Amino acid sequence: MSNKVLVLAETREGSLRNVSFEAIAAGKKIGDEVVAVLIGESVAGVANELIAYGADRVVTVEHPHLKTYTSDGFGQAFMAVIDQEQPGALVFGHTALGKDLSPKIASKLQSGLISDVTEIEGEGDDAVFIRPIYSGKAFEKVKIKDGVVFITIRPNNIAPLAKDASRSGDVSSVSVDITNLRTIIKEVVRKASEGVDLSEAKVVVAGGRGVKSEEGFGPLKELADLLGGAVGASRGACDADYCDYSLQIGQTGKVVTPDLYIAAGISGAIQHLAGMSNSKVIVAINKDPEANIFKVADYGIVGDLFEVIPMLIQEFKALKVNA
Amino acid sequence: MNIYVLVKRTFDTEEKIVISNGQIQEDGAEFIINPYDEYAIEEAIQKRDALGGKVTVVTIGGEDAEKQLRTALAMGADEAVLINTEDDLDELDQYSVAYILSEYLKDKEADLILAGNVAIDGGSGQVGPRLADLLGINYVTTITSLEIDGETVKVVRDIEGDSEIIETSLPLLVTAQQGLNEPRYPSLPGIMKAKKKPLAELELDDLDIDEDDVEVKVETVEIYLPPQKAAGRVLSGDLQDQVKELVNLLHTEAKVI
Repeated sequence: MSNKVLVLAETREGSLRNVSFEAIAAGKKIGDEVVAVLIGESVAGVANELIAYGADRVVTVEHPHLKTYTSDGFGQAFMAVIDQEQPGALVFGHTALGKDLSPKIASKLQSGLISDVTEIEGEGDDAVFIRPIYSGKAFEKVKIKDGVVFITIRPNNIAPLAKDASRSGDVSSVSVDITNLRTIIKEVVRKASEGVDLSEAKVVVAGGRGVKSEEGFGPLKELADLLGGAVGASRGACDADYCDYSLQIGQTGKVVTPDLYIAAGISGAIQHLAGMSNSKVIVAINKDPEANIFKVADYGIVGDLFEVIPMLIQEFKALKVNA
Repeated sequence: MNIYVLVKRTFDTEEKIVISNGQIQEDGAEFIINPYDEYAIEEAIQKRDALGGKVTVVTIGGEDAEKQLRTALAMGADEAVLINTEDDLDELDQYSVAYILSEYLKDKEADLILAGNVAIDGGSGQVGPRLADLLGINYVTTITSLEIDGETVKVVRDIEGDSEIIETSLPLLVTAQQGLNEPRYPSLPGIMKAKKKPLAELELDDLDIDEDDVEVKVETVEIYLPPQKAAGRVLSGDLQDQVKELVNLLHTEAKVI
């Protein structure tokens, strides 16, 4: 086996995203040389961090038109790297950017694409990819029949390699002429997601109808901030206008797999469970002892979330002080 | 405006998944229009009502998908097309679906193509962008707002909770995110009218597609259900003690904090 893997490295406000380190680890499983590709206006500064996380080489593509992501701009840039490197496999993060760009690249290569991979079984050419279907109600094992192996990986599921600053590797650049951009990004409005992104969060504190109002999300936000996590919601809470639809977790909405999922005032409809039941540890807080959510919870507290959450905040603070 | 909407028939979100002989059991299951496609249909109808033109809904599948097409017609779409691959193909993947759609759409001069941003069954979200690439038109995924003024299009795109305000032009393919609109329910008169609206059925031959052109690139090795979670522990006692115990368990037993 001698397979070169191109990994798309993603930055967010100048910093590399964790999923890019996870993608390098995924690349190492399916090939033997991992080349990380960094695309942006001025991104070469973070190249060495990719090498510290296991990339063998880094290729940068820098251009003023690559300051913000567009499928045209990033598509041209990435195709230029493919032309130069002739990889046998590609790994992207299953992020907003990765989801948008990967099908375009797959179309240009006339290749298959396995989206939203959560686990890789086997190595090299024998690798088989596991991905959720029906939002996690079932799983499938799939492989590419022939041609380029192309996958996107779900954040938080494949462990990155340990960072080792003593690793070294070549950093080179490819120059491209970015033309014919059909999309102009006028503005990016940052909303709820200051701080931690829901799909990448290690801790999610989610509220349902039991939160009762927009203000009711206040204590949940405080708890999430304390634990370095993100706030999510059930469809019920979104439909009732307590929060933005971008927070919705479930079969419609986001599918999340954090280390810790705290469900507060969520009854646990099957559609919601599909979006969170593969979290590592689930805590349910609900007044109704019969609530469905207790069936998937590792730990449950029957009680009013407005009593329990403030107590939790106090206890976690105490734990932090003692640690 | 010549508007096309890509529709997929999917399991109802209420359905539990049952696997037998390595396949997902469809017998007795309820099927619906993929919920994200409903936003796409609604948006298409609103744009046609505002700007004029025609809405055609297109799906790939078997005879059974007619029901979902009739529902789309009852919502207000003008015409429906079923590309029936039941007799020709055993399997489809995102590559082959996008290819078939592109062969159907390549001479239709669509101004606007809408689809759901993802189907709740396969969940890959590939077909929209792949199709746009094959047709050589621009695309924007996961949109929550669409304004069309002549050739100029203003789109709001949801990117992991943030919003991107985008300017682009027609022809365009967009994929719908939740929040784009509130899909209507078919009205009784709508359902009656839908019965008389045109629903065309095409096969691969009609599109001059050779079976070799649509050989799948991805092979499914196995489908399985996630392991059943063992019932968890519901704590008891004084509420304050329960909370203390929970934090302790998360720290020492589950080791997630």
